[in-house]
Amino acid sequence: MVNHIVSCEQVWREISNYVDGEVDAGLRSSMDEHFRTCHRCAAVLAGTRNVVALYGDERMLEVPAGFGRRLEKRLATNAAVEGSGWSRWSAWLVPVAALALIVGTLLMTSSSRNWHPLRSQHAEPAKDIPPDMVVVVSSGAKLFHVPGCEFIHDKASERTLTAREAMQEGYVPCPRCLRQYLKTGLTRETQGDHDAEAGEEHVEVLRTPGQ
Amino acid sequence: MSEPEMVLNNPGQADRRERDLISSVQGGQRELFYELVQPYERRVYAAALAILRNVHDAEDAAQEAMLKAFANIRQFRAEARFSTWLIQITVNEALMRRRRERTVPMEGLDGHRSGDEESEYAPRDFADWREIPSEALERKEVRQRLAEALGTLDRKYREVFMLRDMEHLNIQETAEALGITVASVKTRLLRARLMLRDLLAAGWEQGWFSRLPFEKGTKPW
Repeated sequence: MVNHIVSCEQVWREISNYVDGEVDAGLRSSMDEHFRTCHRCAAVLAGTRNVVALYGDERMLEVPAGFGRRLEKRLATNAAVEGSGWSRWSAWLVPVAALALIVGTLLMTSSSRNWHPLRSQHAEPAKDIPPDMVVVVSSGAKLFHVPGCEFIHDKASERTLTAREAMQEGYVPCPRCLRQYLKTGLTRETQGDHDAEAGEEHVEVLRTPGQ
Repeated sequence: MSEPEMVLNNPGQADRRERDLISSVQGGQRELFYELVQPYERRVYAAALAILRNVHDAEDAAQEAMLKAFANIRQFRAEARFSTWLIQITVNEALMRRRRERTVPMEGLDGHRSGDEESEYAPRDFADWREIPSEALERKEVRQRLAEALGTLDRKYREVFMLRDMEHLNIQETAEALGITVASVKTRLLRARLMLRDLLAAGWEQGWFSRLPFEKGTKPW
C-alpha cells in the first residue's frame, strides 16, 4: 500500500474520525506514518484519546443524591394511579368484551331469522326504542305508534304489541309520536307530516337527505 | 455471588435479563420497570443536564422522560437498543422543555474558543500527554475540572459531545436525537474534542491527573 503524505492540518481535520475508527485503510496508514514522525500531532492524538476515555467513564455522570429513590417513588406513584384505573380492569375486561361480542353476534344471528323486511322501503328502524314499549299498529299501515297517537290509520283495526314485535314485523316508528327515537337528520318537516298516516307521504319524513 | 453481581459480570446475561425485563413489563408486570431503567439513571440524568444545564430541571426532565418511557413501553421494539430508546426520549423531553420554557439563557458565541463551525479548528497546545489513568477520576477535583471544561463549550458542541462520548450513542443516533445531519455531528464532535483537549492541557501540565489517590490501606498516616 502506498502511503500518501498528509499534512498536520489534514490530520487534525480527521483525527476525531481516526479515534472512532472511521477513516479508510489508506488514510489510516498515512496518518499512522504521520504520527510516527510528527510529535505535535502525536501529542494531539494522545490528548484526544484521553479526552474520549476520561469523559466516557461512567464516573463522570454524577447524579444528585437521592435521585434514584425519588425516581423510584415517582414511578411507583404513577403505577399506582394507573393500577387503580385501566390496568386493574384490563386483565378481565378483554375476555369479557370478547365473550359479549360473541354472544351478541349469536343472538343477532338467531333472532334476525324471525324479522320481516321493513314495510317501508324508505324507512330505517328507529334507534333505542325500548323493546318492551307498548305500541299499536293497524292493518294496511306501515308505522307503529304510541297508543292514542292521532295519526293512527284505520283505528278500527288497531292491534297492540311491543315495539320489538312491531319492528320484527317490519313496522317503522311513527315520525310524529315516536319522533324522539328517530335520527334528527331524518325528520324533515313536510306538508305530509300534517296529514293522517297516508302511505308514502308519511314515509317521506324518514328518508335520509341523500336518498 | 448475588444475582445482580452475576448479571453485572456477564454482559450476555445482562442483555438476556434486560430482554426478559422488557417482556415482563410489556406484559403487564409494571412494578419491574424501575429495575429495568435503574442501570441507565446516570445516563438519562446526564443527557437531560447536557441540554438543560440546571440540576433541578434536569432531574425533573429525566423523571418525566422515564414516565413517558413507562407509558410507552409497549411501543419499544427489540431491534433498537433499550438504552438508546431511553436516551432519545430524554433528549426529546429536554429539548421540548428548553423550547417551551426558555429557561436556559442563550449562550453567546465565543469566537476565540469556539469559532465558526465551518472553519477549521487548529489545536493550540501541543503538550505531550501520556495516557491518563482512569483512577484519576476517583478524585472529585478531577471530575469537577472536567465538568467545568465541558461547561465552557458552546451548547451545540457540548450536546453532541455528551451524547456521543458520554452517552455512547453512535454518530447516526446522535444526529437523529438532535435533529442535525451526520456531517454536523462529525464536525461538532471534532471541535468539541479538540477544544476540550486544549482546555485540559493546562491541567495536565499542572499535574491534576498525576496525583493518584491513596489506595485503601496504604495511607501514610
